[in-house]
Amino acid sequence: MSTDAVLYDHPGPKAKARNLVLTIVFGIALLGLLYWVYSRFDAKGQWDSVLWKPFTESSTWTDYILPGLLNTLKAAAVAMVLSLAFGIIFAVGRLSDHWWVRWPAGAVVEFFRAVPLLLMMFFIFFGVPFLTEQPMSIFWAVVIGLTLYNGSVLAEAFRAGVHSVPRGQSEAAYAIGMRKSQVMSEILIPQAARAMLPVIVSQLVVLVKDTALGYIISYSELIQLGVNNLSANYGNVLQAAIVAAIIYIIVNSILTSFAGWLSRRTRRKGRAPRSPGAATQQVTAEPGLGGGVA
Amino acid sequence: MDVFSDPLNRDVYITGFLWILKLTVAGGAGALVLGVLLAAMRVSPVPVLRGFGTAWVNIFRNTPLTLIIFFCYFGLFSTLGLSLADDIDLNNFWLGVIGVAVYTAAFVCEAIRSGINTVPPGQAEAARAIGMTFLQTLTIVILPQAGRAVIAPLGSILIALCKNTTIVGTIGLMESSSAMKQLINENGDNVIPIFLVFAGTFAIVLIPTGYAFGWLANRLAVKR
Repeated sequence: MSTDAVLYDHPGPKAKARNLVLTIVFGIALLGLLYWVYSRFDAKGQWDSVLWKPFTESSTWTDYILPGLLNTLKAAAVAMVLSLAFGIIFAVGRLSDHWWVRWPAGAVVEFFRAVPLLLMMFFIFFGVPFLTEQPMSIFWAVVIGLTLYNGSVLAEAFRAGVHSVPRGQSEAAYAIGMRKSQVMSEILIPQAARAMLPVIVSQLVVLVKDTALGYIISYSELIQLGVNNLSANYGNVLQAAIVAAIIYIIVNSILTSFAGWLSRRTRRKGRAPRSPGAATQQVTAEPGLGGGVA
Repeated sequence: MDVFSDPLNRDVYITGFLWILKLTVAGGAGALVLGVLLAAMRVSPVPVLRGFGTAWVNIFRNTPLTLIIFFCYFGLFSTLGLSLADDIDLNNFWLGVIGVAVYTAAFVCEAIRSGINTVPPGQAEAARAIGMTFLQTLTIVILPQAGRAVIAPLGSILIALCKNTTIVGTIGLMESSSAMKQLINENGDNVIPIFLVFAGTFAIVLIPTGYAFGWLANRLAVKR
């Protein structure tokens, strides 16, 4: 079902009246809720200009919010590059013909996918220093945690992508005498990567959101600098959090629409591996949540 | 393993995972109900409902859960004065449930909506042809078929939700990740066993759950 409109008839006079009533009732309920929130905020003085004024000053942005956003994006970017490498290595590992490569790779991927990222970060940041007897860099604690989790998710996505390449492709490559590593690196991975491009970009959204976990181990990202530190000076926790949320929503919406554009583009060219739709659909649900994660 | 022979530490471990279990069950139920409602709104004939569903998904799917939990605590609890229980832990638990449910509902909604798209249009057309209303079409014909198509994605969403509940630790609930942090700080010489027990518990429960959902999805898939 491609269009939702197939679910209901074109509204006649009765349906139009009913829809109008529903619109009004729901609209009033929604406005009532918003008004309640507004009045509670008002009663607590949350609309006081003192609390909102900091956001009109440039120092708020240059000292707190932008450096925080920069650190968020930096951690996400470094983790993305590393997760891609991790994902490719372990996807190839899981597709190996040798059981002694396939099994450990599978175990690693399954393990890191099942362990909550926060637990992982706590272990890396608070636990590993006990083992190495050196303080752990907080940036790397965040990045390594993100890499292990998102890399494992990407490994599964790549594996699904390689499986979605028609068998004729690898058979033809073997027939002209390519070695297994050549088939993988020159035939399968490039095609799989193209089919998986939208998934990779949506995983980036997950990554950006997951950097917020760094706040919990006090990495100076957007929430730490833009909400925690800023509100320590101005006492405007909620206002700062609202601004931070808007920034996250803008950044992630841009990435999401980029992913949507990519997937439409790959589909239109029609040269992507067999039914990219089916392959992506299966996989997107998964990383999406990962995001879940945070 | 000496750490866990101390009953005090074992208690920390058990309470931690009990919170995770409770958060997963309550949050999952809330997210499923909310998510189905939102999906119904997003395909409904009423523009306001559609707009509301779309706004919900775009806002909550793109905000980190850490920040949503933060809002639940500072917004709902501190500012709006929504007190859900007298006991502080229980209050934080319910705030966490709201945060997790509101966040996950956005993902459930999108999964169900993509499931609705897998149902052939002929099904809805036939339903309309015999005079069913929108709600009847949706609840009797479309959702049962869509539901069977989205078991695998819903399973992954449930697993992600379970892992996400660790974030509720930020507002002071001693769930498993905070429990692990405490044990690590108290027993610096036993870091690896502590991590393996906590991470292993998640792995042992969640990996088979993932395969179970895959199996179930295959079994219940609508054959076309």
